[in-house]
Amino acid sequence: VRPDGWLRLDARMLAVAPAHEAVRFVPLLVAAALAGGRRHGQWWLAGALALMLGLGALRWLTTRYRVTAERMELRSGLLFRQHRSVPRDRIRTVDVTARLLHRLFGLGVLRIGTGRNEPGNDTELMLDAVSAIEAERLRAVLLDRSAAAGTVVEERTAAPAAGPPAADGVELARLSWAWLRFAPLTVLAVASVGALLGGAWQLLDQAGVRIEDLGTARAVLDWLRGRPVAAAVLSVAGVLLVAGVLGALARYAEVWWDYRLRRQPGGTLLVTRGLLTRRSVSLEERRLRGVEVEEPLLLRAGRGARLKALATGTGGGDRSALLPPAPSAEVHRVAAAVLAAGASPAALALRRHPWAALRRRLTRAVVPAALGCLGVAVAAGAGVLPAWATVPAAAVLLPSAAWLGVDRYRNLGHLLTATHLVIRSGSLVRRTVVLRRSGIIGWRVSRSVLQRAAGLATATAITAAGAGRYDVLDCDPATAAELATTVSPDAAAQQS
Amino acid sequence: VSERAEPALRTPAHRVSRRAVAWWTVRAGLGWLVLVLAAAGVALGVSDPPRGWPVALAALAGLAAAHTAVMPSWRYRVHRWEATDDAVYTQAGWLSQQWRVAPMSRIQTVDTERGPLQQLFGLATVTVTTASAAGPLHIEGLDARLAGQLVERLTASTQATPGDAT
Repeated sequence: VRPDGWLRLDARMLAVAPAHEAVRFVPLLVAAALAGGRRHGQWWLAGALALMLGLGALRWLTTRYRVTAERMELRSGLLFRQHRSVPRDRIRTVDVTARLLHRLFGLGVLRIGTGRNEPGNDTELMLDAVSAIEAERLRAVLLDRSAAAGTVVEERTAAPAAGPPAADGVELARLSWAWLRFAPLTVLAVASVGALLGGAWQLLDQAGVRIEDLGTARAVLDWLRGRPVAAAVLSVAGVLLVAGVLGALARYAEVWWDYRLRRQPGGTLLVTRGLLTRRSVSLEERRLRGVEVEEPLLLRAGRGARLKALATGTGGGDRSALLPPAPSAEVHRVAAAVLAAGASPAALALRRHPWAALRRRLTRAVVPAALGCLGVAVAAGAGVLPAWATVPAAAVLLPSAAWLGVDRYRNLGHLLTATHLVIRSGSLVRRTVVLRRSGIIGWRVSRSVLQRAAGLATATAITAAGAGRYDVLDCDPATAAELATTVSPDAAAQQS
Repeated sequence: VSERAEPALRTPAHRVSRRAVAWWTVRAGLGWLVLVLAAAGVALGVSDPPRGWPVALAALAGLAAAHTAVMPSWRYRVHRWEATDDAVYTQAGWLSQQWRVAPMSRIQTVDTERGPLQQLFGLATVTVTTASAAGPLHIEGLDARLAGQLVERLTASTQATPGDAT
C-alpha cells in the first residue's frame, strides 16, 4: 500500500490473464501457427504467448485504483493513459465474476457500474482481477449507504484474517435441488442442445471429417435405415430430447449452483450463484421499481415461474434475474420479500378487460391460422401437397389458434393497489409486471382506428426501469384515464 | 372527443400553430412526389413495363393526393398540448392517436428542433425527455417563438424540482 492509498491489482492475475487472453485468441494463434509455416510454427506460438504475458504484466504494472472518502479512482494504460474517477454516491452496482481459473487462484473480477444508460460502455469501471477477499471488501465498502460519506476507508488491513465486513445479510432465498425439475421446462435450453449438436456436425463436416465414415456413426445410420421411417424419426427425436434434457439439467446446475439471495445491511439485494463461473450480482434497493414474474408456457404448465427485478439503470438480461426457474409459490414468496410487501401483488386476482378485447385476441390468432390453412388448401389443389393435407392442417392450426386467443384474453388483466400497479398479459410467455406506483414516470394512452371502433385503448406505463414501458393492453378508455391519474393524482383527469 | 361521462383523459388546452397544417401538407406532398416520380421513372425506364402500369400509377397518385389532402387537417384537429405547473400533456396522431403525460418532477431535458421546412414556416418541435427508455414526448409544429418561451419555462420549473427524476 502506498501512502496515497493507490492499490494494485492482485499479482495472481499475472497467471490468469494470459490464459484467458489465450482462449480469446485461439483463432489468432492457430492462424499464426499456420502462417508461420510448418517449420517456424512453434516460434510464432512462443512469440504470441510472450506477447500475452507481456500485456498481462503491463496491465498489472500500470493499473492502480483507490477509494477515497468521496471517489473511486482508476488509473490504467501506458500509451493511452486513463484516469477515471467516479463519485461514490453515483455507484449503483458492484458485481463480482470469477471464472474457473480465477477461482483456482482465489481471484474475482470486479465491475463497478454507475447505473446510467449512457451511450458507450465507459460508465463501468472494471478491476480484472483482485483477490476474492479484496473484491468482497470493496463491494461492501462501495455499496454501504449507511456508512457516512465522510468515512475514510483507505486503510486496508493487510491481514486477510480480519475478513470482509462481517454482516452477511438476511437470506431471502436459496436453491432447492427439487427445482431442478424445472430445468427441462425451459424450452430454450432443450433447443440449444439440439442447435449445439447441429453445429458440431457442421464443424466436423467442414473439417473434412465424413461422419458417415466413422464406425459408430455408420452402425447407427445402418440401424436407422433398417427401421420404418416413423420409428427412425421417433428414435432420433427421442435421443435429441434426452440429450436436450440432460443439457438443460447441466446448464441449470452450472448457472444456479449454490444460489442465494440476500438482503444486505447497506440496502442492497445480493444474488450469488454459479458452479464453474461464480457470480455475485448486487442490486441497490433504492433503484428497485418492481418485479416481473415470467411464465413460459411449459414452465407455467409445470407450475413454475421465473422472477426478475425491475430496476433503473440495469441493462436487463442476466443481471436482473432474482430467482432460478422455481415453483410459483416460491416465486411469490420471494417477490413479496423483495418488494417488502405482505403478500406478492403478482398473485392477486386482477381486473379483467372488456369482452371486445377477447374479439381482438381471437381475430389476431385465428385469422393468420385460417390464412395458413388456405395456403395448405391451395398447395394441395396445385398438387404440391397431398390432397388430404388440408384436413389435419385445419384440425391442428385452427383449434390451437383459438386456444391461444382465448388464453391470451384470459391472462389479460391489471390491478391498481395502494402501492403497486400489476399488469398481466401473454400466453406463450405470460408476464406479470408489478410496478411500484412511485416508479411510474408518465403515461401514454394510444388508440388505433380499430381500437376506437371497438371502444378500447392501450394504456402504457412509462418507467425508468426494465423495458421502460409496460402496456395495459386493450382496456376500457375510462380505465386508461383512471390509470393515467396515478402519476400525479390531481393532474391527469379532466377536472369536472 | 369522448362521449363518456366516466373519467376521461384530460384534453390538453392548446392546439399547435395553424401553420403546421401547411407544414404537414408540404412534408407529405414532397414525400409522395419523390415516390410517384420514382415509380413513373421506373415504369418509363424499363423496356417492357407490365400491362396496366398507368392505372397503378394513377392509383398511387390518387392515394398520395387523398393522404396529402386529408391527413394535415385531421392531424390539426387531434394535435394538442398543455404545460401546467404539474405536468406536460400532449396529444398526437390522426388514424392512430396517442395521448401522453409526463409529470414536471420527472422531466430531464427539454429542447427544440427546427428542420429546414419548419424554419420556412416559422415552426419548431419541442422535445421533452424523461428517464425512460420508452422515448420522449414531442410537441410538433409549435410557433417558433412560443416554443422558445415554453422551453425556458419548462427548464426553469424542472430545475426547481429536486431528485434524479427516475
